[in-house]
Amino acid sequence: MSITVSGLGHTYHPGTPLETRALRDISFEFPAGTWFSVVGHTGSGKSTLAQHLNGILLPMEGKIFIDGLEVKEKSPSLREIRRKVGLVFQYPEQQLFAETVSDELAFAPRNWGVPEEDIPGRVSAAAAQVGLDEGCLGRSPFHLSGGEKRKAAIASVLSSRPDYLVLDEPTAGLDSFSRKELTRLLSGLRNEGMGILLVTHDLDIALQMSDRILVLDGGRRIVCDTPAAVLDHLRTHPVPGLQLPEIAALSAALRERGKNVPLTWNWKEIKSALFGSQK
Amino acid sequence: MTFVYPGGAADSSGRARPALRNVTLSIYEGEWVALLGSNGSGKSTLAKHLNALLVPSQGDCLVYGLSTRDEKNVFPIRSTVAMVFQNPENQIVGTVVEEDAAFGPENQGVLPEEIVQRVEAALTVAGLLEKRKKPTYTLSGGEKQRLAVAGALAMDTPCLVLDEPTAMLDPAGRTELLRVLSNLHASGKTIVSITHRLEEILSCDRAVILHRGEIAWEGAVSDLFLSDLPFKEWGLDIPPLVSFWRDLRAEGRSVPPVPTVAAMADALCQ
Repeated sequence: MSITVSGLGHTYHPGTPLETRALRDISFEFPAGTWFSVVGHTGSGKSTLAQHLNGILLPMEGKIFIDGLEVKEKSPSLREIRRKVGLVFQYPEQQLFAETVSDELAFAPRNWGVPEEDIPGRVSAAAAQVGLDEGCLGRSPFHLSGGEKRKAAIASVLSSRPDYLVLDEPTAGLDSFSRKELTRLLSGLRNEGMGILLVTHDLDIALQMSDRILVLDGGRRIVCDTPAAVLDHLRTHPVPGLQLPEIAALSAALRERGKNVPLTWNWKEIKSALFGSQK
Repeated sequence: MTFVYPGGAADSSGRARPALRNVTLSIYEGEWVALLGSNGSGKSTLAKHLNALLVPSQGDCLVYGLSTRDEKNVFPIRSTVAMVFQNPENQIVGTVVEEDAAFGPENQGVLPEEIVQRVEAALTVAGLLEKRKKPTYTLSGGEKQRLAVAGALAMDTPCLVLDEPTAMLDPAGRTELLRVLSNLHASGKTIVSITHRLEEILSCDRAVILHRGEIAWEGAVSDLFLSDLPFKEWGLDIPPLVSFWRDLRAEGRSVPPVPTVAAMADALCQ
């Protein structure tokens, strides 16, 4: 089970003066139940890629398979694909619309034809997954705090029980406390077996959390590998606009000066390499 | 200085809770001061007092000796202190880049030929000279933020106040803007920059931490990391590099005065 992308290309407004090549020849495999991050600076094609994964955009070039189902026009599987892959947009709270949080969370499963008697269970399970207080369910989503709105928006995707969750910059605009809380939440979902695809410009979070990272620049695949290998690649082939996290830059500087430290984003590893692991 | 927003949040006894409480602070010419604090700590409220956008409910705010309370002083104060706000979308008024940068000096009554010079100089510093004829809507987020800085620079004030100027930028845009500020500081400008990111203040001279409307700490940036301060309680995130630095220091190892990547690498190679 996996999401497989091969040779994906996308051009906005083809044949007009506004023609923009957003993606070219992108290939990767994202196995179910893993954490996959797509990293790149503004305009690198990350969001365009994310929108292909549940068929909002359909491939112009190349192929995408979700657990063997092809994402293509008029495919009878598109409905099933959209259930399997939940998409959380940037600023997802802008998509809230229902009268109560509970209705918001029930909207998608009702659309999928989940029997009415199962809906309350779906709603409270999704709320519990994101740590949203039961007391919020009867309230208007517009009266929640910023952090709660974001959780409600994610819960409204989780209530469809997707196998993969694709999130486009989910921490944008959140303060450091809410950011950590959200990262913990995603890590919990991954441990329960959900595939997490995180689109971000924060290399630090991607390095810490991911099983694999895809780096995009100008719509092209720069590297797709494990965090350690990606870090090594970016050190030798810097991508403009994508900075190494400070600790990674420090470990790279130390290695250049002949110190025997690993290339890492965790300062504790640098410390134990330099001074041994005394407590 | 104390400030209460009219109709602002009330405390348990029903009295309005001040956004700033007994704040006493001096900023000297040529200094680069960082105002730090979490959301709701009062940083933006304090910044708005510095060019008389807000007037204290109690106490006084003096800019080069002029009280912000006196309406006669407002024009000279605003010609001394220029403000850059958080969201560049809210402060771009021109349809073309150079027109927008000229807005401030035009209002100050600067002569047209001097405006042209000032705008050119400001756009050069902000790295936007090539885009001077472009419509403002075609700029990226980072370019808009730098245009907002250029607009303030064109006013040629001795002091610049920036409210979270990096909030909307990606890491590269952030580094770029900090470099611009660093150059301005080196050329003698007084800068007050507001942020909640500890890693952005390393080049500043002095830091002031606000917590719930009061000054929780004030001192040299090099001392900020030396002292064992309750950053978490103040809602500030400690960058990993600073954690490493503090950890080494606590074990009595030699560390540089300020935790930058280059200085840390030097110290660890000794």
